[in-house]
Amino acid sequence: MSDIKKFLYLNRKAPYGTIYALESLEVVLIGAAFEQDVSLAFVDDGVYQLVKGQDTSEIGMKNFSPTYNALGDYDVNKLYVEKESLEARGLTEDDLMPLTYEDEDDDWAEKPSIRVVSSAELADIMDEQDVVLAF
Amino acid sequence: MPIEVNGKTYETDEEGYLANLSEWTPEVGEAMAKEDGTELSDEHWEVINFLREYYDEYQIAPAVRVLTKAIGKKLGKEKGNSKYLYELFPYGPAKQACKYAGLPKPTGCV
Amino acid sequence: MSKLHTVNKSPFEKNSLDACIRLAKEGGAVLLFEDGVYGATKGTVISDKVTAAMKGLTFYVLGPDMKARGIRDDQLLDGVKVVDYGGFVDLVADHDNVQPWL
Repeated sequence: MSDIKKFLYLNRKAPYGTIYALESLEVVLIGAAFEQDVSLAFVDDGVYQLVKGQDTSEIGMKNFSPTYNALGDYDVNKLYVEKESLEARGLTEDDLMPLTYEDEDDDWAEKPSIRVVSSAELADIMDEQDVVLAF
Repeated sequence: MPIEVNGKTYETDEEGYLANLSEWTPEVGEAMAKEDGTELSDEHWEVINFLREYYDEYQIAPAVRVLTKAIGKKLGKEKGNSKYLYELFPYGPAKQACKYAGLPKPTGCV
Repeated sequence: MSKLHTVNKSPFEKNSLDACIRLAKEGGAVLLFEDGVYGATKGTVISDKVTAAMKGLTFYVLGPDMKARGIRDDQLLDGVKVVDYGGFVDLVADHDNVQPWL
């Protein structure tokens, strides 16, 4: 279909200090109903959104990190994480949640959703988009 | 409008969704259904319990498209279609079943 | 007696921690909370700066904010002390005054 547009949600904020991360996630879930080509990018402090082992029981806020694992059900399965942002924060892919999706075209095989990319690769990916929504 | 079950009062929002999901019991779900004129069958409970498990794992109530696909995978093709789910929950499977399950309205559902 | 400095912003987004380290007098304490806790983690672009500042300042992080963000004890810079809400109150009580870096 020619009316499918490429949407990229650009996430640059840490999860709990501001409302941006949660707002972005909710917009992604709502937007998924429109069946566009959706991908997410995590750069700068945005990479903290995907860190595993989050436990908000003592700060009185909802832990929304498990919701990233539902994105595959919404056909959102391209989560780009900028390598340079991880490195600046002393993080590696092993510090992130192992997010997966089931590939309908490959007998529901479970595949990783997270792709660690360099700044240069991400710049190309962003350049290919019809719409980039920044949070 | 708060609802009363076995002498205990439960707060709900203006659309009848339970205000505090940790207060939910199956009896609360049944009372909510009764107010809508629905008697909950085993088939209803299959869907309600599925939604509660989904929420427990992902912290969201799934959109109807996601629910339909997931039910089909878990309970079989004959149940994973909108005809079956709308027969059980005529006000919208995600919307109505989430209410009886004590969950918030699905994200993106108006 | 000395000052308690508090920082609640990510050091990668704002320069609050940087300013705090630059202007805090030796012997003071720094409590990192909310997004400020990221400043106490190992292997970051500012780890060396924070470690150097620990010669003159004592660093604390608020445990509940650390846990919320998935930071484990072993990811903290050596010498950083973890406190709970009660410990936060004790720190405030034990210092002359509190200097927030917003």
